[in-house]
Amino acid sequence: MNTIEDIQSEIVEEFSGFDDWMDKYSILIELGNDMPAYPEEHRTQENIIEGCQSTVWIYADLDADGNVVYQADSDAIIVKGIVGLLLRVLSGHQPQEIINADLHFIDDIGLKENLTPTRSNGLLAMIKQMKYYAMAFDAKRK
Amino acid sequence: MTQEELNIRSQFSILYEKIYSKPLIYLDNGATTQKPKRVLDAMQRVYEHLNSNVHRGVHYLSNQCTDLLEEARRVVARHLNAREDAEIIFTRGTTESINLLAFSFGETFCKSGDEIIVTELEHHSNIVPWQMLCQRKGMTLRVIPITDDGELKIEELDNLINDKTKLISLAHVSNVMGTVNPVKEVVAKAHAKNIPVMVDGAQSAPHMSIDVQDLDCDFLVFSGHKVYAPTGSGVLYGKREYLDQMVPYHGGGEMIDKVSFSGTTYNVLPFKFEAGTPDYVATIGLAEAIRFVDEIGFEFIEKHEQHLLQYTLSQLQDHYGVRIIGNPKRRSGVVSFLLGKAHPYDVGMILDKMGVAVRTGHHCAQPLMERLGISGTVRASFGVYNSEEDVDTFIRAVRQAAIMLS
Repeated sequence: MNTIEDIQSEIVEEFSGFDDWMDKYSILIELGNDMPAYPEEHRTQENIIEGCQSTVWIYADLDADGNVVYQADSDAIIVKGIVGLLLRVLSGHQPQEIINADLHFIDDIGLKENLTPTRSNGLLAMIKQMKYYAMAFDAKRK
Repeated sequence: MTQEELNIRSQFSILYEKIYSKPLIYLDNGATTQKPKRVLDAMQRVYEHLNSNVHRGVHYLSNQCTDLLEEARRVVARHLNAREDAEIIFTRGTTESINLLAFSFGETFCKSGDEIIVTELEHHSNIVPWQMLCQRKGMTLRVIPITDDGELKIEELDNLINDKTKLISLAHVSNVMGTVNPVKEVVAKAHAKNIPVMVDGAQSAPHMSIDVQDLDCDFLVFSGHKVYAPTGSGVLYGKREYLDQMVPYHGGGEMIDKVSFSGTTYNVLPFKFEAGTPDYVATIGLAEAIRFVDEIGFEFIEKHEQHLLQYTLSQLQDHYGVRIIGNPKRRSGVVSFLLGKAHPYDVGMILDKMGVAVRTGHHCAQPLMERLGISGTVRASFGVYNSEEDVDTFIRAVRQAAIMLS
């Protein structure tokens, strides 16, 4: 199993060939389209991330090995691609690893401008929610 | 671009900026307009040479600034064809104007059980202040519905008006669909029952000539920043017969006649409604922006913007899976659309990276979105400085977004 750090390096490598924003968005759109279907039973009000102009749902559970497994969806495809990247980096790791993760890949691939709290895409709110899930699972276990 | 168009555009240096190393195409004028150099110069001149608080001073600078502020009132009064300068109240913008009216009109003329009428296509700014009044007083807000084309069902007004109706408040132009509402018809119906009408001119003031005596509306509000003026400038026009009776909104300096702890008497119009130090610098900027607009003239502005609007509609319609939102007979200033099944936010993000600034989302008109059964739109809105070339770039960007998102 690759570490969070390994996966971030992979993503940075994949994006490094693309300076043009249209190319980057094309990858994100592709990523969004390839995301597994989000379970309808988790498409609830309480799983909606506030602060996005589009609607984003994030749900998390623990697998048999105690790893946090995330599922997510958005009605905007580029946003779905961005949350897909977050899933790829964070999903399947131990709660402590997720809590401590420094998500530098966002800056590295040029998505940092989307990170300020006032941006309408809610990327910051998504990360916060994903870390909350990890903290909750971690607390429950203790 | 014609020489006249170029002469206008060249007064706005921001339009020559590059965004992500692409030329900026600014089509978010419904949100705010850019400011011509002469407006910026007028404000700069105040700060560099004349700045002093207005209406108070004994000294030279204060008198100069006061003169400029009162000259601004004359400029706006003439621009709207108000009967007198004192009917022009300066505010921070449309939202503050409506809140002022909702408070002062409400406190003076409304009681429990009364009703206010708005329309289904209003901006939140022309809904929420009235809801707050209704909540405060135990009143009811009633709504003129719209057709699927985005026009008012004006005939419904006859059923909505009754002897409890205290005011009708409606947009002159829809900020989402560009629908030009039949204000004169509404005023005629309302006045037949002695009901006053407020017109929200936020989206009409930049695009068409407004004559408050011709419209015969009782109140009209607009924001400076959507008419090439600075933020923080705005107008509430009201007929003296109402304004004179209305209680003040904010208390403080300037709005008083005499203050003692046993009671205070209020100043005359317009100062009764202008408590505290006004944003006189922005308002002096507003006057310069109005001069800018009036010198170009609405004959040119309307013709030019209508051309851009119709050109945009013809280029968008039936292409790339575009669905235009609303189909009003008279449209002004804005075009809202959806691109296939794509989320407006996706379209906006791609357009942004191509240098094209548009607005996406519900445009502060959630009840209208609900009525139309959509969650948002992409909105392109025009200003006097936009060109056919801007539209061409915008259309190319839409095509690119359509390819990427299909």
